[in-house]
Amino acid sequence: MAMITADPKDVPQVASFAFTPENLEKVKGFVANYPPGRQASAVISVLDLAQRQQGWLPRVAMNEVARILDMAPIRVYEIATFYTMFQLKPKGKYLLQVCTTTPCWLRGSDAIMKACQHAADGETFSVQEVECLGGCVNAPVVQINDDFYEDLDEASLKKVLDAFKRGETPKPGPQVDRQTSAPEGGALTLKGE
Amino acid sequence: MPTIKIDGKEMEVPAGITILQACEMAGIEVPRFCYHERLSIAGNCRMCLVEVKPGPPKPQASCALPVADKQEIFTNTPMVTKARNGVMEFLLINHPLDCPICDQGGECDLQDQAMAYGFDRSRYHENKRAVPDKELGPLVKTSMNRCIHCTRCIRFATEVAGVEQLGATGRGESMEVTTYVESALQTELAGNLVDLCPVGALTAKPYAFEARSWEMRKTESVDVFDALGANIRIDTRGGQVMRVLPRLNDDVNEEWIDDKSRHAIDGLRHQRLDRPYVRVKGKLAPATWDDAFAAIAAKLKPIDGKKVAAIVGDQCDAESMVAFKDLMAGLGSANIDCRQDGAKLDASSRGGYIFNAGVKGIDQADVILLVGTNPRVESPVLNARIRKRYLSGRCTIASVGPAADLTYPVERLGAGPATLRELADGKLGFAEKLKAAKNPLIIVGMGALTREDGAAVLALARSMAVVRDDWNGFAVLHTAASRVGALDLGLVPGEGGRDVAGILAGCGSKEIEVVYLLAADEIDTTKLGKAFVIYQGHHGDAGAHRADVILPGAAYTEKSGTYVNTEGRVQLGQRASYPPGDAREDWAILRALSERLEKPLPYDTIDQVRARLVAVNKVFAALDQQAPGAWGSFGTAGTTNDAPFVSTVANFYMTDPISRASKTMAECMASRSQLMAAE
Repeated sequence: MAMITADPKDVPQVASFAFTPENLEKVKGFVANYPPGRQASAVISVLDLAQRQQGWLPRVAMNEVARILDMAPIRVYEIATFYTMFQLKPKGKYLLQVCTTTPCWLRGSDAIMKACQHAADGETFSVQEVECLGGCVNAPVVQINDDFYEDLDEASLKKVLDAFKRGETPKPGPQVDRQTSAPEGGALTLKGE
Repeated sequence: MPTIKIDGKEMEVPAGITILQACEMAGIEVPRFCYHERLSIAGNCRMCLVEVKPGPPKPQASCALPVADKQEIFTNTPMVTKARNGVMEFLLINHPLDCPICDQGGECDLQDQAMAYGFDRSRYHENKRAVPDKELGPLVKTSMNRCIHCTRCIRFATEVAGVEQLGATGRGESMEVTTYVESALQTELAGNLVDLCPVGALTAKPYAFEARSWEMRKTESVDVFDALGANIRIDTRGGQVMRVLPRLNDDVNEEWIDDKSRHAIDGLRHQRLDRPYVRVKGKLAPATWDDAFAAIAAKLKPIDGKKVAAIVGDQCDAESMVAFKDLMAGLGSANIDCRQDGAKLDASSRGGYIFNAGVKGIDQADVILLVGTNPRVESPVLNARIRKRYLSGRCTIASVGPAADLTYPVERLGAGPATLRELADGKLGFAEKLKAAKNPLIIVGMGALTREDGAAVLALARSMAVVRDDWNGFAVLHTAASRVGALDLGLVPGEGGRDVAGILAGCGSKEIEVVYLLAADEIDTTKLGKAFVIYQGHHGDAGAHRADVILPGAAYTEKSGTYVNTEGRVQLGQRASYPPGDAREDWAILRALSERLEKPLPYDTIDQVRARLVAVNKVFAALDQQAPGAWGSFGTAGTTNDAPFVSTVANFYMTDPISRASKTMAECMASRSQLMAAE
């Protein structure tokens, strides 16, 4: 079995990290959600904000979060390494999180995964295998950044990815003729007057 | 008080304790890995499962479950046995079977508990996980494959040592105990991590592959590297000290010792004085005891006792000090001093030179004022005790003296005596807090007393101390293990005698012709001038380099000796090994020398010496007792100068001849200065 290590040694060094003034305001808002002296409770929100600003979480960013929230840096590292949604290595602009849990797998996530891996170039797209995203009704599902793209097959996935590549944002949700998780082909019942 | 039934036996237990503690009271062993009396409860190893009624029909972690009235607890039912079997099997899924090459082997909780509570085989045939080892500094060796994630080390570092540098990263199978940034822990208590680790994941680096626990002879003794007098166990094999471990004493060191006490022992093997030396034509030449004594007798006999001076070192036992004092008295010399650092303490009133409140008193203090001291380097274990008090949330701590990171927040009022005077006059806001406090504790360090104006500072501190029948809040934190014992025995200048500064000045002006150093190395030996120097000690350090005659003595592990710690507690250290070569126990050397000088000392056995100790000061009659000293007048009111207080311990890792000879301590120092430079 491969050696496991939580600290990616092969990540590029980032010299410094500072929140933008707008984000700093947001940080203040997060901290204000908790009673005085409990500012450390905001750590997950603040880490997420740092990740959105930087694209991933270099160590300097975690240190900065620790400084702002008056925590020991190790406490921030613990949290950032615990949650898989914090990216400790640089990612492409779009992170393709492919669900491979049973329902998606039965509906063809292997082919989706293959296509995503093919598309992943590290700059525009990065790919990550994830456990159940909770969209089983619309399997197979890929989460791209914050949105779910559902009911995919290789062709529709390619369409979505091409749109992203062109800089567009394709419509999230089912990529077939279906409203959310309602049956395919439009309304079938309660059509009458 | 709730009444509970454990394995059918009914008992009453204090409210608020956990089931595990109740079982312990009932004398029933409950296996555990993560639970530790002095750390917060984690409840993550699941080894302490028991069956509890009423409750859900499943085993419960007894370490995290408080007792409730009319509870029934079972520790020997099939459900419990099976649960423990299962937990042990889980723990061993990823634990390597490398006990034969593991330093923990033979004293491993996992090994013992696997024998007692484990299943006899494993049903897991997958490969075990491999975890990279971590860098935790020069004292702690890691073998992270063996880690069972009990998190004791993380909790110790965070809670007791006060360095939040260890944590658990990742989750599930990827969980790792790490500093993440791969740097040595910046604590003086790192060695305790090794004791806490229930498996062989953290072992002592300097002791790696040195010995097995069952090969060693265990001797109970007392630490001499600082004035706390931590209780230790010395493990020896074939006459060599292999390691030092803490011994439990809630009143002194709980169960911790600092890294110097634990790891400076390799210094006992280097730079040792193993035979007498006599300086012949400017060069030290090996000699016999007879030659050495003859050289001393030839020098001492013709001269007046007033021209002889004596200085006592910082790690001496009381037995050698009383013999030393009696010898000097016999020679007619009043020039004797134990205060190498020049501390302005007087021996007249015991309350003026001991830590009256006792180390235990820290647990009751509600305001602590540190004066001229940095307890973190002067006594790390005592510092951990103050931190523990701080964590209880019922204590405010302020300091007048050096700025330092003490691992707990300290309100720094000022740097020197001027601030102290303002405080005494009630001009500072903090004076109100001090006045309002029920049990204020004023800890005066050597940094405040080893100054020209030390006596005035002492008087100032005295004026602020609260002394009642049930509380004496005046505490002196010494740095020398021998100091309180020496003051108890009156090793201070007699009528018309000279103190250390006077002796050194006398050497310059040739009024002092002979200086006898009893393991005293912390003086400026260049000031000894042309005096004839006799050095009796165990290491070839500053004193021995300057000496004209060297008498090889015994280090603290090699003699049975009495030590009085900073709180005035008399403790007995046992001999764990023998002095090297021709070296002898110190009191015996002094006894033999007195014979040659025709001033024989009136004792021939260690018991007679101890009887003499009691005759000189009756505190020596009661071992391991602590009480506030007699409260008299001490210190001299006077003017103070403006120089800031500076801790007398500049470098924690090297304070005495043994630690200066220790390679491990040198490595610790290098590692620390590297970290400092990186910051």
